[in-house]
Amino acid sequence: MELLTITRQLMRRGKVFDFLIPEPVQDSALDTTHGPILYLEDISVSFDGFRALNKLNLYIDEGELRCIIGPNGAGKTTMMDLITGKTKPDTGSVFFGQNIDLLKLDEPAIAQAGICRKFQKPTVFEQLPVFNNLELAMRTDKRVWSTLFAKLSGEQNDFIDETLETIGLKELSHQEAGSLSHGQKQWLEIGMLLMQQPKVLLVDEPVAGMTHQETERTAELLLALEGKHSVVVVEHDMEFVRSIARKVTVLHEGSVLAEGSMNEVQNNARVIEVYLGS
Amino acid sequence: MFITKILQDDLSGKIFLAVLAAVIMLVPLFNLLVPASSLFHLPTYTVTLFGKYLSYALLALAVDMVWGYCGILTLGHGAFFALGGYAMGMYLMRQIGDRGVYGNPVLPDFMLFLDWQELPWYWHGFDQFWFAIIMVVLAPGLLAYVFGWLAFRSRVTGVYLSIITQAMTYALLLAFFRNEMGFGGNNGLTDFKDILGFNLQSDNVRVIIFMMTAFALAGGYLACRVVVSSKLGRVVIALRDTESRTRFIGYKVELFKLWIFVFSAVMAGIAGALYVPQVGIINPGEFSPLNSIELVIWVAVGGRCTLYGAVVGAVLVNFGKSFFTAALPEVWLFALGALFILVTLFLPYGLVGLLRPKRRSV
Repeated sequence: MELLTITRQLMRRGKVFDFLIPEPVQDSALDTTHGPILYLEDISVSFDGFRALNKLNLYIDEGELRCIIGPNGAGKTTMMDLITGKTKPDTGSVFFGQNIDLLKLDEPAIAQAGICRKFQKPTVFEQLPVFNNLELAMRTDKRVWSTLFAKLSGEQNDFIDETLETIGLKELSHQEAGSLSHGQKQWLEIGMLLMQQPKVLLVDEPVAGMTHQETERTAELLLALEGKHSVVVVEHDMEFVRSIARKVTVLHEGSVLAEGSMNEVQNNARVIEVYLGS
Repeated sequence: MFITKILQDDLSGKIFLAVLAAVIMLVPLFNLLVPASSLFHLPTYTVTLFGKYLSYALLALAVDMVWGYCGILTLGHGAFFALGGYAMGMYLMRQIGDRGVYGNPVLPDFMLFLDWQELPWYWHGFDQFWFAIIMVVLAPGLLAYVFGWLAFRSRVTGVYLSIITQAMTYALLLAFFRNEMGFGGNNGLTDFKDILGFNLQSDNVRVIIFMMTAFALAGGYLACRVVVSSKLGRVVIALRDTESRTRFIGYKVELFKLWIFVFSAVMAGIAGALYVPQVGIINPGEFSPLNSIELVIWVAVGGRCTLYGAVVGAVLVNFGKSFFTAALPEVWLFALGALFILVTLFLPYGLVGLLRPKRRSV
């Protein structure tokens, strides 16, 4: 009797065996259930005896816009190098979400995982048109052979157009990037970051050398990104920082000196001491 | 169909291929059909000379790919050319059979001269044409792969990379000079008789090899054009100009360099294989660092990063070389040096840069 039931169940029309059901595609990529998207813990880096970072602890939340300030040599750029895989720490751990150990990945792999970086000096592909700059940056299969045979789909084309719109370079899309002004190059570089659909954007001195209007426009651009991406901005221009910052971290001699809103930080006695001298 | 698609936006490429097609048709015509007594008869010697220029042009294309597009100043590309040449030379050597001076059906003369009893293992298979062709591609490709993998992975760039490519070809030069290597030592491989059973000295065979070379050059041009107009081509230009930016947007820069390097080495090898049956000899001199430096001069003179510029440079400089070394042999090296200096100073985009006011970007 039992056997009969089992057989009936097995032979039932419309029976779907377990192995036929596709496994749900796991977004194994990133786990940020605890809030922070970047965990830098107990990091020390030395170059020839000089301690660039000294037991640094820093957490960046998902969707947050964080400004990092600090005097020269405070370790701001080293910190960015560390996150993007350019340098490896002597001690400590860097995690992206709770599950991705960034110390095990190289630069391209980290970029593919969703951490993108804008350099201090605008770096775009000067010999290529603006459009192709964005095309190359676009999030897609970036292995050698698939790059050789890559064709732009309509969807990807639209995405590039959309980004051109966002950074305000739509009219210049067929112009060589080398002919753009300084500010336009900065925006193009930000556009290239957007094309990668990153989780975290690291932006190094975005308004250095910009005119007042360009600075305002950049501030708008960065504020528009908040929420969709986590943005970390390193900047010297205090006015600019005040205009965009929710939360500010002050680095000094390779570790965190203070953290909080702009007002809190500015009234912090130790920060004043470091910046103005005692 | 396919070709027109590749050449869609490439006017200079169309002109270049049209000229090449005219050469492919006219040269045999003037050589084989016009009687030898006529003024318009093209001697076979000249046909072979043209064939040599065209194989050099293919080599120059290969150099333009790595230097012009990828920004790797290679000073050792002659090595890949010579390796391809040696692979072809080994086949031609085996074709001699028992017609050598010593009449041994298997061993080439130079091995008998060294008192060798049997064929070294790496000479096996070279009695088959298909095997030789595979080796023409594989030997340079493999060397480029291993060399490139080590060099690019360690992020060796700029002048240091140029120096180690130079060292590579110099090391091969010294190795191939040794008799114990089994490649004919100082004398190299020569005295070829047949290719695929046809007499290498006959006019028809010479013309056919010339035409094969021209077709290979056309094919090489089209292949390069496909690569440089693909997204990969743009990535390569990007990494030439801003390597770190390219790396930080997620491209494994080393692998792209390696791909181009191997691609180019294979092309250089094919050029070498076409060169050897036409000049009738391959010896270690082809590995000499000076040859590789000359290659770079051809490309610089013609113009980098246009593909056809490299071809123009290779043909013109070699034409000049043939002319000067016959007419004023002592002047040639000075002329070459002066040409290089003048081009570097006044024509940063080479001779083809004169054709247009502003350099096109890609």
